[in-house]
Amino acid sequence: MNAIEILGLEKIYNAGFWRKRSKRALRPLTLAVDDGEIFGFLGPNGAGKTTTLKILMGLVFPTAGTARILGMELDDPRMKAQIGFLPEQPYFYDHLTARELLKYYGQLSGVDPKQLSRKVDAALEQVKLSNSANLQLRKFSKGMLQRAGIAQAILHDPKVVFLDEPMSGLDPMGRREVRNLIEDLKANGKTVFFSTHILSDAEALCDRVAIINQGELRGIGAVPELTASVHGKVEIVWQGAAVPTGIRSMGAQCHSAGDTTRVILPEENQDTALEALRRERLRLISVVPVRTSLEDYFVAQLGTAAKSEVVSSELVTDGHNRLSKQ
Amino acid sequence: MNNRILHIATNTFREAVRDRVLYNLIAFALLMSAAAVLVGQISIQIEKLVVINLGLTAVSLFGIVIAIFIGIGLVSKEIDKRTLYTVLSRPVRRWEFIAGKFFGLAGTLVVNTIFMGIGVFAALAYVSHHFESSDFGILVALYFIILQFVVITALALLFSSFSTPIFAAIFAFWLFVIGNFAQDLRTFAAMAHGTTRVLATAAAYLVPNFSALNVISQVAHGEPVPHRLILLNTAYVLVYSAAVLSGAVMIFERRNLK
Repeated sequence: MNAIEILGLEKIYNAGFWRKRSKRALRPLTLAVDDGEIFGFLGPNGAGKTTTLKILMGLVFPTAGTARILGMELDDPRMKAQIGFLPEQPYFYDHLTARELLKYYGQLSGVDPKQLSRKVDAALEQVKLSNSANLQLRKFSKGMLQRAGIAQAILHDPKVVFLDEPMSGLDPMGRREVRNLIEDLKANGKTVFFSTHILSDAEALCDRVAIINQGELRGIGAVPELTASVHGKVEIVWQGAAVPTGIRSMGAQCHSAGDTTRVILPEENQDTALEALRRERLRLISVVPVRTSLEDYFVAQLGTAAKSEVVSSELVTDGHNRLSKQ
Repeated sequence: MNNRILHIATNTFREAVRDRVLYNLIAFALLMSAAAVLVGQISIQIEKLVVINLGLTAVSLFGIVIAIFIGIGLVSKEIDKRTLYTVLSRPVRRWEFIAGKFFGLAGTLVVNTIFMGIGVFAALAYVSHHFESSDFGILVALYFIILQFVVITALALLFSSFSTPIFAAIFAFWLFVIGNFAQDLRTFAAMAHGTTRVLATAAAYLVPNFSALNVISQVAHGEPVPHRLILLNTAYVLVYSAAVLSGAVMIFERRNLK
């Protein structure tokens, strides 16, 4: 079953009072997110990520198209009781303490009053805010606000969690904790849909990602599929700073750091290079094919127009196929 | 009242209290104390009249200022600060949000007025040393003042649902001023002819009739307020506020929260 289905969603904003100008924020967007997967929604600023999330949350109305979450319409309160949402750079009622805020949101989500206190404490514990539970939010740092935001998104045990830039404002430890938390959500059978600029997070966490730019879907697929292409190059790492002359003559670029040397060279030169290392009795550490990183893929989609057209059309077709199969 | 409206109203009330809105009571208490002492020294036989007039006018003005300046931010502040996003992504309908905000501010104003009313009675006790049965007309005047707050809160919410806070404040304030002359506007409409009559009549019935809700002078002179007026004013405010709030909901239901 699809947790989220987006069918031809389109948004055009009209600006200006006298002279109406229209801005297309979202071209017809179609994608589906499977139940229980972590789905990354990637794109540069102004790509349409937040607009998509706002439409899904019922904050903005689409110009055309429709979407369903858990098989229900976007304005269905039964569906809204089963989703959690963290907006980008969240700001909350700063006159409330963290505990009061969560209690308020729990009440609005229809959490059973008998279980509310326990759920509030559990959510605070999960985001490591238990010690600041009785502090007013106006005294919170940006990172603490982000944690409070995550707590309110998961407080009511939703089936689908939408996170808009969840790592924003967090220190490295905080980011790791949020990553663990997202993995825990998946382990508990939840679907997570999150937008991010941080590609390493998407690469590490997501089952599938979609790349959007200027309101248009540029690519969608499983992370291993997107990063599977090998450039026909290998990376060889060995111990020691010495570079055998046989390798140097291949024109390969060598990088020595501390007691290791790393070289990237064409795959056809791999055996010759390994032979040269053996002759010099250098200790081999690793030989791995060079794969496309998600960042390479992302840059390719958004940076090289001709190439992106080819790759994205294949991937979009793949996305449509997935949708139609489901 | 449905639970979600109640929770939103409670949060609105708590926000007003924690943002020190009720601190205006200190200024009001100082004003009433000074008025009671001064009037007691310089007035001859009109202490009561002055204290009731001054006290009830101050209750009205303090409340109107609070109703306008908090009311205009009830929706726009939530949009600007994006606090609305995490509310409307829950099973809260937009009309429930508007209703919750309305009841929250109206509740704040009622509590504020109760404390101010106690202040007026305290000042009255200081200058006249005893109460007469006609003094309980002050309660009716206070009730009518609360009804004015209800209308102004609804209007501020309406303007807040589509306009910037500054324009919303200007619109609400001018409607309050014009509404105090609603009776004169109706008299003028009755005397006019042709298109002017139609336009003046429409305007006279469109603006809130605050002049019918002002019985301060009557009460200060010890004149009774007819029961029929209490009933009619209550019905009028309920219908007028419901219509204004429906307008606010209709606009807000269609609004994109960018």
